[in-house]
Amino acid sequence: MSQRDSDSKSGDRFRTVRVNSTLHEAKVPESEILVHVRKHGFCEEAVFAIKLALEEAMTNAVKHGNGNDATKKITVRYAVDDERIEITVSDEGQGFAPEDVPDPTSNDRLTLPSGRGIMLMRAYMDDVEYRRNGREVYLMKRNRR
Amino acid sequence: MPPAEHIIVTKNNGINVIEFNDRKILDELSIRELGEQLQEVAESQENVRILLNFQNVEHLSSAALGMLITLDQRVKKQTGTLKLSNINPQIYEVFKITRLNKLFEIHDSAAQALGAF
Repeated sequence: MSQRDSDSKSGDRFRTVRVNSTLHEAKVPESEILVHVRKHGFCEEAVFAIKLALEEAMTNAVKHGNGNDATKKITVRYAVDDERIEITVSDEGQGFAPEDVPDPTSNDRLTLPSGRGIMLMRAYMDDVEYRRNGREVYLMKRNRR
Repeated sequence: MPPAEHIIVTKNNGINVIEFNDRKILDELSIRELGEQLQEVAESQENVRILLNFQNVEHLSSAALGMLITLDQRVKKQTGTLKLSNINPQIYEVFKITRLNKLFEIHDSAAQALGAF
């Protein structure tokens, strides 16, 4: 429900970038988005956060969502103004249940080399929501000027 | 094309002091190469001592954290020691959020870290 509401409210403010699901192409939306973010006066701390969250979301889409299948696509939609940036990253995978992802900071998982991406996105963005059964992640960061 | 050199290694009293050529340690492909280059240093001797100096590094992803954990395990296998230094406040926050500041020995400066070996 919230997905439809949010999308209809934002209307065509959203720009869409669609890329092949490779780690190389996954960088394309990031550079475009960061140009807009800086243009709207987001501070460097916010730029750091957005860059980090996007990197994690795109890597998850390539590896876990699309299972390293380069024939699949990743769709990134974003809307930025002086108040906030909203981004959705969608893959063509099977989806997943984010609540099933274990806490990477628990003592028994602290030395595992993976599993920290979602946690970092949640820590650095003001809102992170999984939609479409985990095939789409919504990221939002406010501009604190 | 050979992989890019991601690190500069200098020796200081037998300690491998490693600086990074990349300001952003984010993407999987270069992290894989970087991990291999660090692994090579880790495996170069028993009781290896490594100081990773992060003074040039501005961005770090979860994949980079994973690579550091793997390196730490490798160093421990060689009964060696790994220390980190010069991590900027934004990146230190990443270590804190993930509780990896508890796993790694982190010093404010390279001099302080070298004195702690």
